[in-house]
Amino acid sequence: MEEKKPVTSMRVAELVMAGLFLAFGALVMWDSRRLGSAWAEDGPQAGYFPFYIGLLIVVSAAAIIFRALNLGEKGREAFVEWGQLRMILTVMIPTLIYVALIRNPWFDLGIYVASAIFIAFFMRHLGKYGWARIVPVSIGVMVFFFFMFEVWFKVPLPKGPLEAAFGFS
Amino acid sequence: MQEIQSLMGGFAIAMTWFNLALMFAGVTLGVLIGVLPGLGGANGVAILLPLTFSMAQQPGGATSAIILLSCIYWGALFGGAITSILFNIPGEPWSVATTFDGYPLSQKGRAGAALTAAFTSSFVGALVAVVLITFISPVIARFALKFGPPEFFSVYLLTFSAFVGMAKGTPFKTIAAMMSGFALAAVGIDTVTGQLRLTFDFPELLKGFDFLIAVIGLFGIGEILLTIEEGLEFKGAQAKLNMKVVIDTWKELPKYWRTSIRSSAVGCLMGIVPGGATPASFMAYGLAKKVSKDGEHFGTGKVEGVVAPETAAHAAGTAALLPMLTLGVPGSPTAAVLLGGLLIWGLQPGPLLFVEQADFVWGLIASMYLGNIVGLIVVLTCVPLFASILRIPFAIIAPVILVICAIGAYTVHGSMFDVWLMVGFGILGYVFKKLDYPMAPLVLALVLGDRAEDSFRQSMLGSQGSLSAFFANPLVGTITGVALLLLFWPLISKLISLARGRSSAG
Repeated sequence: MEEKKPVTSMRVAELVMAGLFLAFGALVMWDSRRLGSAWAEDGPQAGYFPFYIGLLIVVSAAAIIFRALNLGEKGREAFVEWGQLRMILTVMIPTLIYVALIRNPWFDLGIYVASAIFIAFFMRHLGKYGWARIVPVSIGVMVFFFFMFEVWFKVPLPKGPLEAAFGFS
Repeated sequence: MQEIQSLMGGFAIAMTWFNLALMFAGVTLGVLIGVLPGLGGANGVAILLPLTFSMAQQPGGATSAIILLSCIYWGALFGGAITSILFNIPGEPWSVATTFDGYPLSQKGRAGAALTAAFTSSFVGALVAVVLITFISPVIARFALKFGPPEFFSVYLLTFSAFVGMAKGTPFKTIAAMMSGFALAAVGIDTVTGQLRLTFDFPELLKGFDFLIAVIGLFGIGEILLTIEEGLEFKGAQAKLNMKVVIDTWKELPKYWRTSIRSSAVGCLMGIVPGGATPASFMAYGLAKKVSKDGEHFGTGKVEGVVAPETAAHAAGTAALLPMLTLGVPGSPTAAVLLGGLLIWGLQPGPLLFVEQADFVWGLIASMYLGNIVGLIVVLTCVPLFASILRIPFAIIAPVILVICAIGAYTVHGSMFDVWLMVGFGILGYVFKKLDYPMAPLVLALVLGDRAEDSFRQSMLGSQGSLSAFFANPLVGTITGVALLLLFWPLISKLISLARGRSSAG
């Protein structure tokens, strides 16, 4: 039963998103003011166009907030359920770790090794595969990509110690 | 018939072995992209765009590059029908209407007939739209050569107003998404004054937001997250497509010539307007249901119910390239990515393209004819292969697609920051989808932002800051007027229905 419980309602999600738009629009307006959003002698200043863009974002965000407050029954519906959120996090968190593994200030694993680990983790954790399936698939896919990008199309991707050991850097 | 002559020249350019091989590769990749969750026409083309950088630098290479990318687009358009019919999962938004009769047909064991009907009518729709492009676009381009900055800005205004006017939900969400696209496009160095805008001293923001990153994240990661949330498992009908079924279906199809013509017309008209493919497919389905004498049986598995939306969607998807080529205004996110490709390869989209890069334009138009023929052959012969790809478990397909998105984002500028940004756009895409914010206006605004702003500034300079520039002559005044009408259409239609309600009550 826990799984079906809503994390937040549609109304809250609508309000948060519109609030973010409101802040973003205000930020755009503020920065455009700083640059000058008026008419200079030689034409419109740098902030002239963005200022009105920001203004339109603020106005529409306000309208969305007004609508969200009057949503009625639909506003009580679940934006996301706990079970769904858990599924999304089991994908999002490994993805974030994966991107961090490719290159970070302390250690560069390179995109090929990080991707192979990422695919292997996914197959193990979500697919419950045996290693006899995981190893050939994860390594095979990345070897294919390696040849495609580094050899055929000559588009260099981030590489780490393993590629260096084979003479690619 | 100067167009025929130019077209023949185009065929001469497009009909090299290398370009034909690219067409086959592009269409096959495109169908694959259209079939896979998380990859569609827009982000598929966006991911593959960086691979064409070196190709486009060779002489005539830009034509080969656009042939490859546009064929991926045709392939993706074909591919959307496969998942709709076999798995009841629309691969692309404009394939939703195809599921109405396509999936019931495949449940009745007539998947082959549904697929043949879908592919053939896609082909017919595309062909009508390409003929339209062949003969209309030179006329529009010639006409648009006289355009100055105010005219161009009014065309941009028309494009973006169309999004607001045709929005399904509240127009404010469309405006918020669109204006955020414009704001993101403004980030970085202002090309006119050289000032830094919206960078807040972050060196990463100096070069601004690349729309390719946004497209890959919004459409790719966002889609994967939505799929995972539904805990989706593919359960589909078997796909067998033998020559006998194909020929039997082809014998049946001419009966529906009225539906084909009607749907092609709807598709071409709606395709020129941005975001038109999806409404076009629904409109064509609705019209066919209303007009056909078999109408009440629609939804139970009628071949005609597949013909109508597929013809319209493919006609609209193809016609979306018409404003892209002639005016530099893309009609769909995928057309926007193709337009971005032109800019990256150093070509200036717009009316001058027809004069300065005639080889490129006519090569592309000729390749549309050939690419769709190639596409029809590929999909008719390879359906079992593509359907088997959908049987690869999600636990393998999902991480591979995420890896492809990461690689695609990195290759745009060779920057890890872009990969993080792509993940961020992915989360945004998920929230956008759940809260019914449209993504296409954001992408189009991000692509066109700088050009729209430039034309706005130049018009303002010409008129010394007076908005009267957009009503200065009948041409620009008409375009602006239509744009404003579309922009306020949600309000106007509400007022009309209010007035009607009152008169009928009183």
